[in-house]
Amino acid sequence: MNNTVDMIMIFLVLTNLALLGLSRLGACIRVAAVQGIVLGMLPLALNRGDIPLHLGLYSAVLIGLKGIVFPWVLLRLLKELKTRREIEPFVGYGTSIALGMAAFVSCIWLGHRLPLPEPGMSALIVPAAFFTIVTGLFLTVSRKKALTQAIGYLVLENGISAFGAAVVETQPLLIELGILLDAFMAVFVMGIAIFHINREFDHIDADKLSSLRT
Amino acid sequence: MVILLKILNLAVTLTAAPLLLGIIIRVKAWFAGRTGQPLLQPYYDIWKLLRKGTVYSVSTSWVFRAGPLVSLAVTLTAALLLPMGGLPAVFAFDGDFLVFVYLLGLLRFFMIVSALDTGSSFEGMGSSREAAFSALCEPALLIGLAAIAKITGHASLTPMAASLQPALWTAAGPAFVLVGFALIIVFLSENCRIPVDDPTTHLELTMIHEAMVLDHGGLDLGMLQYAAALKMWLLGLVLVGVVVPIHSGFLCLDTAATLLCMGLLAVLVGIVESSMARIRLLRIPPLLIGAAALSVLALVLVYR
Repeated sequence: MNNTVDMIMIFLVLTNLALLGLSRLGACIRVAAVQGIVLGMLPLALNRGDIPLHLGLYSAVLIGLKGIVFPWVLLRLLKELKTRREIEPFVGYGTSIALGMAAFVSCIWLGHRLPLPEPGMSALIVPAAFFTIVTGLFLTVSRKKALTQAIGYLVLENGISAFGAAVVETQPLLIELGILLDAFMAVFVMGIAIFHINREFDHIDADKLSSLRT
Repeated sequence: MVILLKILNLAVTLTAAPLLLGIIIRVKAWFAGRTGQPLLQPYYDIWKLLRKGTVYSVSTSWVFRAGPLVSLAVTLTAALLLPMGGLPAVFAFDGDFLVFVYLLGLLRFFMIVSALDTGSSFEGMGSSREAAFSALCEPALLIGLAAIAKITGHASLTPMAASLQPALWTAAGPAFVLVGFALIIVFLSENCRIPVDDPTTHLELTMIHEAMVLDHGGLDLGMLQYAAALKMWLLGLVLVGVVVPIHSGFLCLDTAATLLCMGLLAVLVGIVESSMARIRLLRIPPLLIGAAALSVLALVLVYR
């Protein structure tokens, strides 16, 4: 069982690296979707023995929202936009990947300092979850397009949810679902906002918005 | 007996290397709906070139003439270090994986130097690209092998390959998957296959390896082509050795399985080449840095 969790965590790290190195927005959305689907399987993989009903439902909701609904919203948005790829981000792609590796190493160090409440868990959970959070933050600050920043937010949420999944047996399901609902709302609000920015300015370059101040 | 096995290993490596290329070309032809050239065409090509004379430009020096010879010699030396399936390598000593990686580095260096010696701007461009990309490939290969050395606890390729049991795969699966992916990217890049370089383009501004060998002809070109085929075989052996650790205990079975996997690898490369386009030159460094990142990740996982 632990090996499956390890695999999921490695997959999480790989998708993060892919997000750091990809420039095409469509590909970014799809990678984030795959990340969401894999993350949705995490609660099931973590559970030993029988799978209780609420966990199965939670997993299904997670996969449905992060794997299907969010990407669908963002891909529809992408159709409306003229932009297809991130051009000239603040930090280049090669540098992003290198920084990502450095971040992962420091996350592993952090993981050693933060042992999980339950022993016997995969030692990769905390580093991978933190790395996902850091990747999400990094994507939001280092990319210019509003859509990539929305993807960064999604990845950030994925990381938090991965961290939560590790302690889901001690954490009420209600809180998890509440967070998901918030994320759901946020993606819709961001989608609408990006759509309007695009309507108004013919681009979704968030960097240029700072020149609006007079 | 062991001596015989070692010689058999070397003999198979030396004779089967160009076949890999033949399979790739055949698979590509099959995808394009053509019959394609005979499977043994690379052998005929090399044989034809080896019988030809060579022409040297007056502007070149001994470096240009030494290039193909040194390339072939270095690749042959590297071939002595790799085990194949159940067959042990001719030489095995602690740290020989480092020697293997840097022999490939030496090969690259001499290819580049002899290409630069012609003074052609075209070959200079190819050399510059080759240097840039292989500088990124080298850490991926070296760190990947180092991770495997750490997992198996051996610093020599032959015992390393012998101790890569399926049980080890289940114990350190994630690290193996990462190194496997990194090695696939290194394999494609180092052998100038499609996502990085297109081996079928000549006289195009995007090519890398083919640009460097433009001025070599006849015997020299034959040696370079054979060295390239050998290099592909060796890197393929490393890849297959890591990804498909078969140790049934029967020597023939292990070796046959390894050879079969080499064939499958060639088919896989053919499929990749038929279904993908070469990626843009500017997008290659992130890909190779990504491969290096995978290897570093594997090493970190192992050392964690």
